[in-house]
Amino acid sequence: MSEVVYTYDGSFDGFLSCVFARYANKEVPIAISRDEDFPPTLFPCRFIPTDPAHARRVLRKVLTLSPYGARLLQRGFLTCLPDRELALLNLVTTLLEEGPGFLRDRSHPAVYPVFRAVRHLEGEAHVLKGFVRFSDLGGVLGGEIEPKNRVLPLLRSHFCARYPQDAFFLYDRTHHEALLHAAGQAVIRPLADFQMAPPDEAEARYRTLWKRFYDTIAIRERDNPRCRMTHMPKRYWSTMTEFQGPDFFTPQSSPAGVPAPGAPAGKPVPGIPPAPGRSVPGSSL
Amino acid sequence: MDVLEKLTILTDAAKYDAACTSSGGDRASRKGYIGNTSSSVAGCCHSFSADGRCVSLLKVLLTNRCVYDCKYCVNRRSNDTPRAAFTPEELADLTIQFYRRNYIEGLFLSSGVFRSPDYTTELMIRCLRLLREEYRFNGYIHAKAIPGTAPELVEQLGFLADRLSVNIELPSETALRTLAPDKTKGAILAPMRQIQTRGHQCREELAKYRHAPRFAPAGQSTQLIVGATPESDLHILRLTQGLYDRYQLKRVFYSAYVPVVEHALLPAKTVKPPLLREHRLYQADWLLRFYGFRAEELLDEAHPDFDPRVDPKCSWALAHPEFFPVEVNTADYEALLRVPGIGVLSARRILSARRTRRLRTENLRRLGVVMKRAQYFLTVDGKLPEGLRFSQDSLLRYLVAAERPQLPPMEQLSLFDPVG
Repeated sequence: MSEVVYTYDGSFDGFLSCVFARYANKEVPIAISRDEDFPPTLFPCRFIPTDPAHARRVLRKVLTLSPYGARLLQRGFLTCLPDRELALLNLVTTLLEEGPGFLRDRSHPAVYPVFRAVRHLEGEAHVLKGFVRFSDLGGVLGGEIEPKNRVLPLLRSHFCARYPQDAFFLYDRTHHEALLHAAGQAVIRPLADFQMAPPDEAEARYRTLWKRFYDTIAIRERDNPRCRMTHMPKRYWSTMTEFQGPDFFTPQSSPAGVPAPGAPAGKPVPGIPPAPGRSVPGSSL
Repeated sequence: MDVLEKLTILTDAAKYDAACTSSGGDRASRKGYIGNTSSSVAGCCHSFSADGRCVSLLKVLLTNRCVYDCKYCVNRRSNDTPRAAFTPEELADLTIQFYRRNYIEGLFLSSGVFRSPDYTTELMIRCLRLLREEYRFNGYIHAKAIPGTAPELVEQLGFLADRLSVNIELPSETALRTLAPDKTKGAILAPMRQIQTRGHQCREELAKYRHAPRFAPAGQSTQLIVGATPESDLHILRLTQGLYDRYQLKRVFYSAYVPVVEHALLPAKTVKPPLLREHRLYQADWLLRFYGFRAEELLDEAHPDFDPRVDPKCSWALAHPEFFPVEVNTADYEALLRVPGIGVLSARRILSARRTRRLRTENLRRLGVVMKRAQYFLTVDGKLPEGLRFSQDSLLRYLVAAERPQLPPMEQLSLFDPVG
């Protein structure tokens, strides 16, 4: 059996096409990686084109064998597990060879890494449901996050159910994607860069109120910074209102000739990514 | 007085209430309304304050003016402190705007007793009605039912709120009489019973009529202050168990008493809040609710207080060597739950994994078992984990050492005290 490296376009369908190719070509890839971040190697490498029909066949097969396995596969693809493609391929091949019984055992070597990564993803999505902070930018809610995993697909239904009336967007700084919601429709689109517009008077006031509430609610006699960090690790703090510097709470009134403060340059309508607002020091954190 | 100042005063006055959960409700979003209640089992924490407590709801008092003079309370009549009151509009606006920005999961509305319990509850009802009907807020609301309120008003409050709570505060009637002369045990338990029966009745109606109105769908909870009065842990835990059994409470919260006032009947202001004791009570509370323990098993008249060095489950295990070791591959769910280091999740995972193969020691850690505690109480295929040597005496030392790093760093614990 020759050693080969697969590359694909980075989409879920593309990955499923790789799984298909592994069986069609009767070979075991030693690595599967995205086209772009593929380091040069001496191994022969093959680009697997994305074929939706092949992808559907693979997914349908996994679904008939085990819906739970399909869920692990779909969620596992969103995780930040190193070499997640190989781990997921291993899961699928084990599923095809052994049947779905082994999935009950979380400590099984094919399941454990994927299960752990998916738990990490789901845990991160769960805490972010609380830690996301929106700003009212001229009637549109905008927020930013910096997660390790691609959590936007998991956050979509939560925030759409929560703000059914509102237009909102949520930008993922790590993966350069944005969740856009307006008029009952939500999409996730790649978005290369984004700068939050500065707050207007009302927005700055509510930020100040919240900061004051947060600072007041703590009981000084019970101070316990370690407990706080266990529940809310510092990596989330960068996008949370409570931990921003004084600039974040002062309204940036614009000098004459510049568009109204606080309003983003464009309303995010599904399909049209929001145009970046102006960059103002202090407001981008 | 502007809203910022009011918010500061009324948050400061509300912060000693421990309850802050948004769990138990699963109301879907409605057309024309803002928000829903989280469907996840554990609710949703939006932040954690500097003391490590979860911030899930906008926890404020409607007013901190109070006609009562409970000795332990910052808001008592005789305390010289700035007073304020929200107007219903201010509070509704704050809630909606915070909710839109995803700062909070909903509102926790409590209040000092302004004029009379009935008058205060009417104010709260007016506030919540404005929020629900004018501002169309569909998120979570936790409201306090004030002891001594007319049943008709509690009923109205229950249809507006998701969860109601009546605070017991002091765990015995003598303590109530000395420290909170305006409250009586009867006045506290009456609304509790009412909320319980009304909730039950409402669930029956819901089974018959799909659109029957929901009375406090997330149930009720209460709070006990720990450390203000000399009650033992056994007394508090028995009370807790009685509340779960007889009043079907969702939660009992414990609040370590923070000395805020100087009074002859209360601990001095220099006394630190008994945080470790509060922690042990919460651990025991979990054992009651999810692990099938009873209060009498954990404590008895000879040992009325928890051992500060090890958690209640380890204490129980140390006192019951005859129960152990438990064989991982054959023990039933209830027996697995009794093993220190095995929780509800890992016990379920063991059951599920056992169906495909015999478990070995190295699997257990991957299933979420905390081996540094569990290893002393388990056998795998009849064998203890390899290389493990201990006696009854050294066992306690190992367990204390295992827990040490997790303890709040505030009390010097001696390893050489006799077993409590």
